[in-house]
Amino acid sequence: MSGHMNLTLKVWRQKNENDRGGFITYKATDISPDMSFLEMLDVVNESLVKRGEDPIYFDHDCREGICGMCSLYINGRPHGPKRAITTCQLHMRSFSDGETITIEPWRSAAFPVIKDLATNRAAFERIQQAGGFVSVGTGGVPDANEIPIPKVIADEAFNSATCIGCGACVAACKNASAMLFVSAKISQLALLPQGQQERYQRAQAMVAQMDEEGFGNCTNTGACEAECPKEISLTNIARMNREFFSAKFFKEEEIR
Amino acid sequence: MGNFSNTFSSSLGKKLVMSLTGLFMCSFLVVHLVGNLQLFKHDGGLAFNTYAYFMTHFPPIKVVSYLLYTSIVLHAIYALVLTMKNKKARPIGYAVTNGKANSPWTSRNMGILGTVLLVFIIIHMNTFWAKYHWGGVPYKKYVIELQNPEHVQVTDLPISSVEPVHTDAVDLQSGSRVVIAKDLYLIVQNAFESPLYVAFYVLAMAALSFHLIHGFRSAFQTLGWDHKKYIPLIRFIGVWGFGLLIPIVFAAMPLFFLFKTFS
Ligand code: SF4
Ligand code: FES
Repeated sequence: MSGHMNLTLKVWRQKNENDRGGFITYKATDISPDMSFLEMLDVVNESLVKRGEDPIYFDHDCREGICGMCSLYINGRPHGPKRAITTCQLHMRSFSDGETITIEPWRSAAFPVIKDLATNRAAFERIQQAGGFVSVGTGGVPDANEIPIPKVIADEAFNSATCIGCGACVAACKNASAMLFVSAKISQLALLPQGQQERYQRAQAMVAQMDEEGFGNCTNTGACEAECPKEISLTNIARMNREFFSAKFFKEEEIR
Repeated sequence: MGNFSNTFSSSLGKKLVMSLTGLFMCSFLVVHLVGNLQLFKHDGGLAFNTYAYFMTHFPPIKVVSYLLYTSIVLHAIYALVLTMKNKKARPIGYAVTNGKANSPWTSRNMGILGTVLLVFIIIHMNTFWAKYHWGGVPYKKYVIELQNPEHVQVTDLPISSVEPVHTDAVDLQSGSRVVIAKDLYLIVQNAFESPLYVAFYVLAMAALSFHLIHGFRSAFQTLGWDHKKYIPLIRFIGVWGFGLLIPIVFAAMPLFFLFKTFS
């Protein structure tokens, strides 16, 4: 089989949250360059299962870049070396034959390792539950243009809404800050008419929950924006800061 | 008050403190730089020494200077607190990292650069500020002819147990202005005779440059001011003004005195 690759994998293995864990080296042989990164791991796992060993545990679901479950820190970068894709969209042709690939889980106090490469990202859910919603009934489908929204605003809100909650921003950030995620979730509602009622309460509640979860503090390095599979931009963080400071200094809404 | 304290203990509140104190220090740098340009004058230190007196005695400036000291302290303390929190947010680090793939070097090294600057500020204030206030700096007397202000007659006042009084008066009889002032210029000149000391200053200004290349624009991002139209301007000022022009002119001062000593 010509054109196939042989790789060395250094994979983080950890039995459970309390295990210390460590790297184990595996050989991945006869890998097609057209496989996705996760398919490559499937191949390795099959051989592990055949040998009676515990397969490498990693998160995945949709395998088409929309669910945000796959979360591998590959050679020092979340979702590997390519821009604007998730791990499941990464192909083995992005690596070269004979390469050693180091695979680690997201590293953040707020994302404890469940097993091997899978982390518990419930912290993101708790941030969403703190305010990332609209609590009025949305009713039936409104007529077109019943609620006028300028195109630029609609586009911007939509861009923010493409965040899939993968956590690569936290993984990439040298401070393990979740501000890109939180700011995207605040923005998608702050920009739209439906989000106005709880706008300032939301910003305060979500930031408070983010702090409570123990995420770090943004130093504007821009690593999150560069690594985000959905290209969520730093503008969102600036907007979150505006929302938060307006809420704190100029509005009267308190957190419930 | 509850709301207030909880604003400043939040992550964004702490960042706001970093941003505002940082920008305040930036504005100070401009004033400090413009004032210190007097060092380049060939007037035996007259302009510089009168400027130094003004800066330490004019009440509004004194208020601003206390604000500045507070800013330095707050900026350093909050930086330390934030860094510790950030370390705690990732207790187990990565085996392989590739920071240069996604972020500029300056942005990842603000802490180190800031530490260099803090050490610099302490040494700098000890050499000049502390000395000026309590260090027994000698006085100089300048007699300037009113008809011909370029003509300045400079005399060192002998060091005596009674400290001379700062004077800046016009003597109409002799048609001259007499200035008696603490000779900070001399202290500057003496300090910058040492190549080692000058090298440290130049190094610190390099750190300042890198710190501000990231810091200036970062402060605006934290404030939430990222208007598409003005951000290019902010970036331009951050890189060319605060990142290059200001540190270079500052570094030129010790170098100027060093070359003067050796030529
Ligand atoms: S902002 Fe980007 S990197 Fe962060 S969770 Fe959302 S999609 Fe993932
Ligand atoms: S598995 Fe769903 S985004 Fe990768």
